[in-house]
Amino acid sequence: MIDFGFTPFAAGVTDLDKANLSLAKQITEHEPSFNLCISCGSCSATCTAGQFTKFSFRVMCHQIRKGNTTLAIEEASKCMLCGKCTLICPRNVNTRNIIRLVRKAQTTTP
Amino acid sequence: MSYYHHFVIPFTAGLLFLVIVVAAKWIIWIKGLNNQQKRQVKGNIFTKKSLLATWEVLAESLFHRKVFKKNFLLGYMHMSLALGWFLLIAMGNLETRIFTHGQLNPPYVPIFFEFFEHDLSTLRYKEIFTFVMDFLLLFVLSGVALAYFKRATSKPLGMKQATKHAFVDKLALTSLWLIFPLRLAAESVTAGLYGTGGFFTRWLGEAIAPLPAIDMLYYPLWWAYSLSLGLFFISVPFTRYMHIPTETLLIFLRKYGIKETEKHTSYTQVELNACSRCGICIDSCQLSSELGISSSQSTYFLKSLRDKKATDYLTETCMLCGRCDYSCPVGIENSTIRLNQRRESPATGTSFGYVPAIEASKGKIAFFAGCMGQLTPSVTRATLALFDAADVEYTHIDKDATICCGRPLQVNGEENAARELAQKNKQLIEGTGAEALVTTCPICARIFAESYELSIPVYHHTQFLYQLAASGQLKLAPSNNLITYHDPCELGRGLGVYDEPRELLKFAGNLVEVKSSKTNSLCCGGSLAITSINQQQRNQMARKTLQSIGANDVDFVATACPLCKKTFTAASDENAILDISEILVKAFANTKQSSKPEQKQTAKETSTVN
Repeated sequence: MIDFGFTPFAAGVTDLDKANLSLAKQITEHEPSFNLCISCGSCSATCTAGQFTKFSFRVMCHQIRKGNTTLAIEEASKCMLCGKCTLICPRNVNTRNIIRLVRKAQTTTP
Repeated sequence: MSYYHHFVIPFTAGLLFLVIVVAAKWIIWIKGLNNQQKRQVKGNIFTKKSLLATWEVLAESLFHRKVFKKNFLLGYMHMSLALGWFLLIAMGNLETRIFTHGQLNPPYVPIFFEFFEHDLSTLRYKEIFTFVMDFLLLFVLSGVALAYFKRATSKPLGMKQATKHAFVDKLALTSLWLIFPLRLAAESVTAGLYGTGGFFTRWLGEAIAPLPAIDMLYYPLWWAYSLSLGLFFISVPFTRYMHIPTETLLIFLRKYGIKETEKHTSYTQVELNACSRCGICIDSCQLSSELGISSSQSTYFLKSLRDKKATDYLTETCMLCGRCDYSCPVGIENSTIRLNQRRESPATGTSFGYVPAIEASKGKIAFFAGCMGQLTPSVTRATLALFDAADVEYTHIDKDATICCGRPLQVNGEENAARELAQKNKQLIEGTGAEALVTTCPICARIFAESYELSIPVYHHTQFLYQLAASGQLKLAPSNNLITYHDPCELGRGLGVYDEPRELLKFAGNLVEVKSSKTNSLCCGGSLAITSINQQQRNQMARKTLQSIGANDVDFVATACPLCKKTFTAASDENAILDISEILVKAFANTKQSSKPEQKQTAKETSTVN
């Protein structure tokens, strides 16, 4: 292995071949705009819930893509559905629908 | 004298079945009402309200007044079938009663009287009766002909789209359509053979009498007529035709003050069964007219709920804008039923433990800008500037941080989660000791007024500012600008506020009234009650709505909802879309500049300022 002078934390590494990406697939299928996200963070900046707690839609999307379903569901539970992020998103990601899909996944996945 | 023939059995059995089933259903529904609703029935049944309900039954169930308002031909079609059939039964009964000198006859006698009695010479007013009976039959047949025509093309009858019906409904429809042509055929053949009938059946009978073997059709036709009646009656409880007996009950219960609550009740069953699936809601729905989504409208949703097969798709594909509630000729509370269905199976898993208790300084008027207020600071600034101008002693309770009012969760069925947020906001509001709560957001105003159970009045800022302007506390000077007003769904159809925003705008300029306004106004497309449509679809709707309010022909488009403002602004860059408060600020500025020569601002300049 080439020595770059730094190594990634083992805990932060996701092996995408082994990760459970079923939630990401499910969301992409029902809400294709999920894949338009460029992680700019506008959603997090405007978030009503984000005023009071560590909550970020952008981070939740990363967790979904990495297969961290439990963490994603936990994040989604904080959302108040106010809709500001949908209005602010420069990529027209249908954020509220993604939140709803994650919340529904909680009742359907074991 | 007794009248009987075996062919009356299908009709009589069908009628008996129908009467028993309808009576049983009515009893079950009435017994199933909750205690509050039962008290409303008991308290009102022997009052004027029953008379008013009877009048409404006549006006709606027989004359179909509301359908007439929608389209003349559509109204005529329904009236000729309902009123014509009713009068045919009533006159038939009268005729046989008089003929048999007041004797009480079995129900099939008046229906098949032409078969039983060929010699009417002893009937008083014979000429009148035979004429009227033929005339009424023709009246009904004209409606049936229109109904055939409507199946081929519904546009001339004012409907772009008709409901796609289930198989049993089509079967019932066929039997209904056969009843009157068969009656005409049976009576005409009888007239040809025995010289009975009125001006039309006699004429038709005599015309077909020379045909070979016409007498062979005599019994088969009366059998067919009775069978079609029987088949129709038996099909009623299983099909959309259950609306005929149910609408009557619905009108009475509604007159007694019963409404949908926050849960399905047995009154909901009455509403579900009162839906005639006419499909008028499809045309009124923008999901259909703008986006081509024509499979989730109330007509389909209510049927699925009646069949206990409501899917997530049907429950959730609705903006809850309330347009179908106002277009529905039966007056069913479509949106409330849909919202209650969402409440039945909410997406779970919210945890708002992190939301802190917020405190605000005390003040006479508590002002709440809401989440959307944070996205439209110009609206908040303008409103507060007007408060200052009118010396209102206010406290801006969500200046530093806003807790969502809960309405977005509520409209998505997450009632408990919404209540959790409501509780936090309620503490905040009550902590200020304010005498009234004012908000710039109709979405917040709706849940404040309907679910918060506050001890102080809730005003939308247009209502509050109107009070200030009307009393002279807020001084405004109108300009020559042309202004069109867009009714937000939650403020108009939701809270019934139509007049104050309009009156306010008259203080600021010249209000242009458009056709699709008030209860008929279109949704901006920004609805928070639907999540499955994307931004492009929302923009498409917004552009159409702007067009409908004549946005291109005025200086300003006024709205009273920050979400409408955002949605319109995202969809169009050509119009100056402003909240009423922003327009009023200009009118207030005019009072200061009235001595100076008037500066005419163009719409373009203003839009860049804001």
